[in-house]
Amino acid sequence: MRVAVLSGKGGTGKTLVTVNLAAVAAPSVYVDCDVEEPNGHLFFKPGQVQEEPVTVLIPHVDPAACTGCRKCVEFCNFNALAYASGKLIVFDDICHSCGGCVLVCPEGALSEKDKAIGCVQRGTADRVEVYTGILNTGEATGIPIIHRLLEQSSLEEPLHSDSEQQPRRADGEATFIDCPPGSACIVMESIKDADYCILVAEPTIFGMHNLRMVHELVTLFEKPFGVVLNKCLEGENPSEVYCVERGIKILSRIPFDHELGALNSDAKIVANESDVYRDAFRTLLETVKEEVGHEAAAHS
Amino acid sequence: MKQLLILSGKGGTGKTTIASAFIKLAAAKAYADCDVDAPNLHLIMGWTSEPERSDYCGLPQAVIDPDLCTACDLCRQHCRFDAIETGDVYRVQPFSCEGCGVCEYVCPAGAARMIPAVAGELMLYRDSGQVFSTAQLAMGSGTSGLLVTEVKKQMKSGAGDVDLAIIDGSPGIGCPVIASLSGVDMVLIVAEPSVSGISDMERIIRTAAAFEVEAVVCVNKSDTNLSNTKKIEAFCAEHGLPFVGNIPFDPRAVEAINDGKTVVDIECISGTAVRSVYKETMKLLLEEEVN
Repeated sequence: MRVAVLSGKGGTGKTLVTVNLAAVAAPSVYVDCDVEEPNGHLFFKPGQVQEEPVTVLIPHVDPAACTGCRKCVEFCNFNALAYASGKLIVFDDICHSCGGCVLVCPEGALSEKDKAIGCVQRGTADRVEVYTGILNTGEATGIPIIHRLLEQSSLEEPLHSDSEQQPRRADGEATFIDCPPGSACIVMESIKDADYCILVAEPTIFGMHNLRMVHELVTLFEKPFGVVLNKCLEGENPSEVYCVERGIKILSRIPFDHELGALNSDAKIVANESDVYRDAFRTLLETVKEEVGHEAAAHS
Repeated sequence: MKQLLILSGKGGTGKTTIASAFIKLAAAKAYADCDVDAPNLHLIMGWTSEPERSDYCGLPQAVIDPDLCTACDLCRQHCRFDAIETGDVYRVQPFSCEGCGVCEYVCPAGAARMIPAVAGELMLYRDSGQVFSTAQLAMGSGTSGLLVTEVKKQMKSGAGDVDLAIIDGSPGIGCPVIASLSGVDMVLIVAEPSVSGISDMERIIRTAAAFEVEAVVCVNKSDTNLSNTKKIEAFCAEHGLPFVGNIPFDPRAVEAINDGKTVVDIECISGTAVRSVYKETMKLLLEEEVN
C-alpha cells in the first residue's frame, strides 16, 4: 500500500499526518518528497543514516574543439547556453539535462559531466524506514531527487520482518509519501505511483481554494482519495463545506489543539506522546486501509 | 520602484496574510502574487472587477503524429524525461514532457514535432489607482519559474513608475522562489516557531543570500512556542539579520480571512502586531534607498 499525502497549500499539516501515520503503521516506510524543505527527518531523527548524492548531467565544453557555430545555443529551449566573447558559456542552474546540445554539436565539442544537486538519505527510527530527499539551496528543481527517492523506497527490500499486529499486503509494508505543496510537476511525480491519496486541508478560504486544486489533480490522475480536515476551529469550515457539497470522503477531523501544536512544533511525533493522538492516527490508518481495500476490490 | 518580496520556505506560515495586510497599510499601487502553484492573494484583496486574462505559453510540447511514426524507438531512447509512451502507438505523456525538443531532432520520419502549449493563465486586475498581477499555473505544469517572471513583468508594465511593489511569494526554495527573488530589493521572511519552521527558514535565508538579496525576519504565531521563537531571534542576531517583530497566534485572523478581509481591516491582536512589523520593515527598506 502506497499512500501519498498532499495539500496544495503549504503548512496544512501534511508532515504531521504522514509522520504519524507511518509511526502508528510501523513497520512502515516514510518518504519525504518535499525535497525543497524536508522536515520529516526532524521528527523521526533516524539513525544509521546512509547518504547518497543525486547528480544530474550538465554539458561540458571543450573550448579547443568549439568553433562557435552556435547550433547548441539555438537548440537549447531552456536558454542554458550562450556564446559570447568567443566562448561558450553553460548556465548549469537552468539546464534541464536533456542532452540535446551534445546531440546537435557537429564538432563533438560537448560532452556531459555530473553535477550534484542534492542527496537521498535512508535511515531507520522505531521500525520506520525513513527516506529523505534534500535539494541543495540555489538549485531550481528537485525532480531528479524525487525520482531517486521513489525508486529506492519501492525497490529495496524492507529492513523489517513481518509484524504480527498489522496485516500486510503481499507487496510489502505500507509506504507513506510526504509530498511538496502545490499542484505542479513536482507533486505529480510524487503521487504517480500512489494507491491512495490523502488531501490535508485547513479551515480557511485559502485552504479550500487549494484543496480544490489538489482535488482536480487527483481526479485527473484517477487516484482514489479522501480528505483530512486539520486545525478545525469552532465556526465555519470552508474546506468541510467543499467536501460535503461534493460528497468527498472525510477521513478524519483533527481539532485545533494547543497541546498538539506545541508537541508538533517541537518536532515530537504526537502519536508517540499521547494515547489520544495515537488512537486518532490508528483510527485514521484503519480508515485509509479500508478505503484502499474497497478500491482494490472494486478494480479486481 | 522598491520591491518587497515575502517568502517563508515552509508553507502556511502566513505569507499571504501578511502580504495582504502590508498592501493595505502601504496602499500599494502595485502588487503581485507569485505563488503561481497555489495563488490565494486574490481571495482577499476585494477586487470586484474582472481581470484582464491572457494565456501563458510555457515551453512547447512534443506530439507524435502516428501516421508518420515508424516506431524506430529513437525518441524514447533519447528522451531523458521518460515522456515517450509506447503501446499501440508512440505518444508523448504531456505531464512528463519538458519541451526540450530532442525527440523532434532525432526523429528521422518527421513524426515528432514541437507545438505551443498553454501552461497557465495570467491575470491583471487594474483600476485608476492600483494594479494587481497574478496567475494560475495549469495543473501539473513544470515551468512555474517562467510564469513567475511573467507575473512580475506584467505588474511592472501595468504599474509604470510607482514607488513600491509588494510581492507575495511561494513556499520552498526551488525555481519559482528563485525567479521571484530576481530584481527585488528586500525579502521579508515569515518564520514559524517550530523545529520544521526553523530548518526551512535557514534554507530560505541561504537561498536569498545566494542571490544576494537582503533578508529581514519576522515570526508568525510567535506565542505557540516561545522557546523556538527565542531561537529564531537568536539566530537572526547571530547572523546579522534584522528581526522585525513577532505576531501572535490569533483565531480572529482566521475569521478575518474567511470574511475576505485582511488582519488590519479588523481590530485584533495580530493586526496590531503586523502594523508594527510593517513599520520596522519599511524603515529598513527605505534606509536601503538612502544608501
